[in-house]
Amino acid sequence: MSEPLLQVRDLVKTFGGRRVLGGVSFDVAPGEVLGLVGESGSGKSTTARCVTRLTRPDSGRVLLGGRDVLTAGRRELRALRADMQMVFQDPYSSLNPRMTVAELVGEPLLVHGLEPDRRRRRERAAELLETVGMSAGHLDRHPRSFSGGQRQRISIARALAVEPRLLICDEPVSSLDVSVQAQVLNLLRDLRERLGLSILFIAHDLAVVYYLCDRVAVMLDGELAEIGTREQIYGEPSHPYTRSLLDAVPVPDPALAKRRHTTA
Amino acid sequence: MSTDPLLRIRDLRVSYPAAGGMAEVVHGVDLDLAPGERVALVGESGSGKSVTARAVLRLDPDARLSGGIELEGVDLLGLPQRRMREIRGGRVGLVFQDPLASLNPVMTIGRQVMQPLVIRGVSRRVARRRAIELLERLGVRDAEHRVDDYPHQFSGGMRQRVVIAIAVIAEPALLIADEPTTALDVRVQARVLELLHELAAERGMSILLITHDLGIVAGFAERAVVMRHGRAVETGTVDQIYNAPRHDYTRALLAAVPRIGGDVTRPLAVIGAAGNAPEEEES
Repeated sequence: MSEPLLQVRDLVKTFGGRRVLGGVSFDVAPGEVLGLVGESGSGKSTTARCVTRLTRPDSGRVLLGGRDVLTAGRRELRALRADMQMVFQDPYSSLNPRMTVAELVGEPLLVHGLEPDRRRRRERAAELLETVGMSAGHLDRHPRSFSGGQRQRISIARALAVEPRLLICDEPVSSLDVSVQAQVLNLLRDLRERLGLSILFIAHDLAVVYYLCDRVAVMLDGELAEIGTREQIYGEPSHPYTRSLLDAVPVPDPALAKRRHTTA
Repeated sequence: MSTDPLLRIRDLRVSYPAAGGMAEVVHGVDLDLAPGERVALVGESGSGKSVTARAVLRLDPDARLSGGIELEGVDLLGLPQRRMREIRGGRVGLVFQDPLASLNPVMTIGRQVMQPLVIRGVSRRVARRRAIELLERLGVRDAEHRVDDYPHQFSGGMRQRVVIAIAVIAEPALLIADEPTTALDVRVQARVLELLHELAAERGMSILLITHDLGIVAGFAERAVVMRHGRAVETGTVDQIYNAPRHDYTRALLAAVPRIGGDVTRPLAVIGAAGNAPEEEES
């Protein structure tokens, strides 16, 4: 196996005396999609926030491309954050409603000092829109005039602007309709292939994770219950918790659902 | 159908005030629900599934309704408001997605569950006992004491059980459940759906389930109505709809859902890909 792009070691985090992360460790290889699944309160989002240092863990290590994220100085942290961009669940609240698409997608280029020229930023924004399957004709529109799926594409275009190696997606499709969800999943899958992106994909929907992720980590009460390849986790889960999660997933197949009812 | 339907909807149209007049959002929906039957209204946002369900109980004062809605032979559209209020929480129970929004934060759980009985003249003592029994039936442990707690002292899954208790305590003939498990974790969701299923079977209660989740429908409903853009595009048994969908949209919707064990090497099917306008602006 090649050198991991992201190495997370023994993350511990306590909020008000409650231990929300109790020593979380995993790697993400270059070009790999790792799914992080679990129920609400299991620590998935806190893990993502600690990895990007939006939240400071009490202890542990996070290395991105061998560089230490948690001890990085301000300037180095900025560079590291350009290398790992986040996409959030709610495409309604994560985009500033007063900015145009050109400004939203171009902003990271400005913030990271990569493209000071306004016209060139706009050109780059147009290219990025194209990357996520949207037309440059949308550049001067505001977020409110887009549907949820289009807003999520804009969020992804914005995250891609600084050419990160790692995308951290926190429930990126859970507020979207089935048909729109399919488009965004296809886009992420395609970006990973075309750009060799690594993705840390946080989700509660096990079928979505099955579709997109090479490996899966199952979180329970702030710890990893187990981690393994898609085939291991879905085919031969070793932890009873994983099994109980899989048993509870509704299946879009009446015959299968009935069989499950009678054997449960 | 041999028996008379419990609920009979004919050519239901729903309009809301909009700039420059009324905008119709449901364009003529038909639906029959037999006693004891579980039917799902399934669709994406903007399909009109919730609007249709809310129209049954005339929950939106702004909405203009036309067509026919009959419950146990009674025309609901012609009913005075006072009678309508008796039906809500009486013959028809309601469960919404967000249990916190449906519960009064400053009233004990017990009082809220008792209320539908108390306003129908049942004594407090009897109502309280029945509330405790029902909460116990729904898996609320130590219900005897927990009835004196407030909603914030309950977890999300337990709150939804409380909401279900309020909806069914007056023994309705029909339960309308609008995305009842969407806010819940998958294992809690499975348990709540199982409870609804059991309640329906024990009491011969019909359920109209509104959901976007095709997985839930397959395991829960006997029949389904697939809605899109305010129309019922396909109605059938779940076996027919999942195994032999007749409408293109139903087929596309089923193909767009990722499945455990499904093909991960190919892109998911995208609805309207050929027309290159897969997304429509939502209002």
